[in-house]
Amino acid sequence: MQRTMLTVQRLVAVFLAGFVLFNYPVLALFDRAATLLGVPLVFVYLFAAWALVIAAMAWVVEHPERHDGRERSGGG
Amino acid sequence: MLQSPIVIGASAIYLALLFAVAYWGDKRADEGRSVIANPTIYALSMAVYCTTWTYYGSVGRAAVTGVGFLPIYLGPTLVMALGGFLLLKMIRTAKANRITSIADFIASRYGKSQLLGGLVTIIAVIGIVPYIALQLKAVASSYDLIVGYPALKAVVESNEPVLADTTFWIALILAAFTILFGTRHLDATERHEGMVAAVALESVVKLLAFGAVGLFVTYGLYDGFGDVFARALADEKLAKLTAVASGNRSYATWFSLTFLAGLAILFLPRQFQVTVVENVSEAHLKRAIWLFPLYLLLINLFVLPIALGGLMRFAGQGVDADTFVLTLPMSAQQEWLALLVFVGGLSAATGMVIVETIALSTMVCNDLVMPLLLRTRSLALQAESDLSGLLLRIRRGAIVVILLLGYLYFRLAGDAYALVGIGLISFSAVAQFAPAMIGGMYWRGGTRDGALAGLLAGFAVWAYTLLLPSFSKSGWMPASFVSDGLFGIELLKPHQLFGLTGLDDISHCLFWSLAANVGAYIAVSLMRAPTAAEASQATQFVDALKTTRPVGSALWRGSADAAELIALVGRFLGPARAQTAFAAYARRHDVADVANLEADADLVHYAESLLAGAIGSASARAMVASVAKEEPLSLGEVMNILDEASQLRSYSRELERKSRQLEDATGELKAANERLRELDRLKDDFMASVSHELRTPLTSIRAFSEILRDDPKTALQDRERFLSIIVSETERLTRLVNQILDMAKIESGNAEWLVEEVDLGSIVEQSAAATSQLFRDKNVALELDLAGGLPLLRGDRDRLMQVVINLLSNAVKFAPAGAGKVHVRLFRKQEELRVSVSDNGPGIRREDQEVIFDRFRQGGDAMTSKPTGTGLGLPISRKIVEYFNGRLWVESEPGQGASFIFSLPLQNNEGEDNA
Repeated sequence: MQRTMLTVQRLVAVFLAGFVLFNYPVLALFDRAATLLGVPLVFVYLFAAWALVIAAMAWVVEHPERHDGRERSGGG
Repeated sequence: MLQSPIVIGASAIYLALLFAVAYWGDKRADEGRSVIANPTIYALSMAVYCTTWTYYGSVGRAAVTGVGFLPIYLGPTLVMALGGFLLLKMIRTAKANRITSIADFIASRYGKSQLLGGLVTIIAVIGIVPYIALQLKAVASSYDLIVGYPALKAVVESNEPVLADTTFWIALILAAFTILFGTRHLDATERHEGMVAAVALESVVKLLAFGAVGLFVTYGLYDGFGDVFARALADEKLAKLTAVASGNRSYATWFSLTFLAGLAILFLPRQFQVTVVENVSEAHLKRAIWLFPLYLLLINLFVLPIALGGLMRFAGQGVDADTFVLTLPMSAQQEWLALLVFVGGLSAATGMVIVETIALSTMVCNDLVMPLLLRTRSLALQAESDLSGLLLRIRRGAIVVILLLGYLYFRLAGDAYALVGIGLISFSAVAQFAPAMIGGMYWRGGTRDGALAGLLAGFAVWAYTLLLPSFSKSGWMPASFVSDGLFGIELLKPHQLFGLTGLDDISHCLFWSLAANVGAYIAVSLMRAPTAAEASQATQFVDALKTTRPVGSALWRGSADAAELIALVGRFLGPARAQTAFAAYARRHDVADVANLEADADLVHYAESLLAGAIGSASARAMVASVAKEEPLSLGEVMNILDEASQLRSYSRELERKSRQLEDATGELKAANERLRELDRLKDDFMASVSHELRTPLTSIRAFSEILRDDPKTALQDRERFLSIIVSETERLTRLVNQILDMAKIESGNAEWLVEEVDLGSIVEQSAAATSQLFRDKNVALELDLAGGLPLLRGDRDRLMQVVINLLSNAVKFAPAGAGKVHVRLFRKQEELRVSVSDNGPGIRREDQEVIFDRFRQGGDAMTSKPTGTGLGLPISRKIVEYFNGRLWVESEPGQGASFIFSLPLQNNEGEDNA
């Protein structure tokens, strides 16, 4: 139960981080006429941030046992 | 080669393949080997979110707003992160209450209100109709385009007759296909495994098709991402598209679209269907949380390159940006790719239409038509015994009607908007469910009236600010409605309500509708306390994730007849299925026969939940009420039951704590019991040994006495011998009894001790003197080796003598007659005095060295060697020595004789430890 709660809290943290990354004003920092390897910066930024958020979510839900619960009970 | 027979043929083959997959999925489900019980399939089925809006419309949107198509996918990504508890709660609540649609969910939450269920259904149908029109428009225009190959613009006459309109036929074909998919039979839980399998396949097809076009455009027509963007950036107009905020695009729009899409992923009827109703296992949610957003990312990767490519290649040709996905491969003479794209688009459309209309038809049937039928034609319905056929007919009819409504909207307003524009109207409509849904799951105070008021207010504002203007734009309503406001009143302009300017239509509608919705929901809810029915349902929903919560049956009181209940369920599910369901219930409750079932609250609840699966919770409630005599619970009683439940929760925590304590106590008791048993066993052994020891001398006394009595002629010599045996045996008995009493006294602490300064040397000498006759009798040598000048110590002279005598008599007993030798030493070792008595007898086996200090235990094999002595000497001696804080032990090697040693400390605090 505690582990589930921890996973949920981590997901909420990812949600908050994603919310900040995907919106004004952080978004405005990258919303300018610049390119990275010839691709517009904002396009690269959005997809990179998006991929990052998904990776964080995958990590949180698929590896919850790594940081808690191990020592409490053997039944991981 | 892309003539209509080929296109139609390819489409037909594809749809047949889908149908085959669905059929196989259903068959496997019936066999209990579900194909969709897989987290990846679950995540792919959620991708039914990506319709032709995504497939064709995103590129069209990107051609106008650049990255502005992305919020529609970022919102759901973020909401999936909240899925861990939000979706989980929805799934668990829906399963516990057999909820089969979003209308059922809201109706059930607010006291199983038929009125509320009906309203939600109406809003959902009206709200989704534009979305269905969007699919029809996309499929129809892509069909018209592809059969017009190589022309890049379809020649479509406006106002062509309905029967000549491709879109109309597409609507009918989709309706037929959906009926085949979703309403072949009635399922009590509204689960359609075959449909989910087909939808998952479609998700793969549309992703592959779109990826193929993306790769073709980016790496075929251009030289990779860098090349597409480099060329686009060279054009000043296109360069502006790559910015989020530019021109009339703002961060506010970006935010509100993210928010809107986030709500849509939760509350679109088809998302509710695949995510909540079709969910096989809560565990699948885990993978969907990241796999579904990953799908969204992948399908959007090439949108901007395709849009820019299309804008550059078709500059000035007037090709609709919504068709770039298809027209780009067509313009490059990639006929097969174009056909694949068409099939992918068909896939996106059919997936959406099938799931959405099935979900809507369930709602229309359960929450709109059935309640009306049950109310108006209740008598006629009573007469019909099996209504399951009627339920299916209603659903099929609803599917056809919904698709025709979609077609109607397409005819009325379809041309005025791009695909995404139409879709956003629908998104804004379903966002109206958010306050009643989320409020219902987390706030106990929400009432039916509040939810009704909120939904009505939000829906009215939505219709006024988005739906009606869409008619107005297409000329079906006067244009002045939008430009001048209703009745020419400036403040009522639908896109600038109350003078609010600076927002785009969608953000504007979202703000006003949700403000009205949330405001009315909260304000009206707070006008009165929840009723009994609302409060009991609120607990079911709000506490859905808690481990202990009152089950629905706790909140029902009344009487019913089991046979009537079964018949009632049978009318809606079919008699055979009802029998099976109740037989399963009987088995669970250990009742031999369905006929013997007792119509208690549990059974009534079970019947109601079965019905809820088929006709919705509100109708089920009404139907059960019609056959059962219910005693309505007052709010006070419901609150009592709920209070009891929450008290139960704290009690159960208390109970857990108590039971843990009890377990500990039980463990201790068990140990104590073991000890007692052991003591009891020892006591029994003791008694047995004592009896045995007493019987031996008694037997011989009796035997010799009988001889003397029965045979008066016994020789005098014999008489004397017998009498002396009798006397010695009697002495032995006396000694034994004395020792037992002695032992008992010492053990119980009642022995009398005469403690004084004693000289251990003299004690040993006196003891040797007292036993000297024994040594002489057996011809055993006794050597004394007593150290001189030893200090006195405190002790009981007689008791210590008893110990030494006992050791000496033991030694002489085991020393061999004639050659026997007993050596006694007294010496000082550090702060204690030691006495050792050594013999040259057979010695004592190592395993016996401790045993001999137990009562009645003697060295050697008790079975073969005759015991000598009472078996109490050593135990008593040890007790005496221990009383003075000393030790008594034996050192021996078999065959080397034995040494019994006792030590007594010089600083003696006798008795204190043993008292």
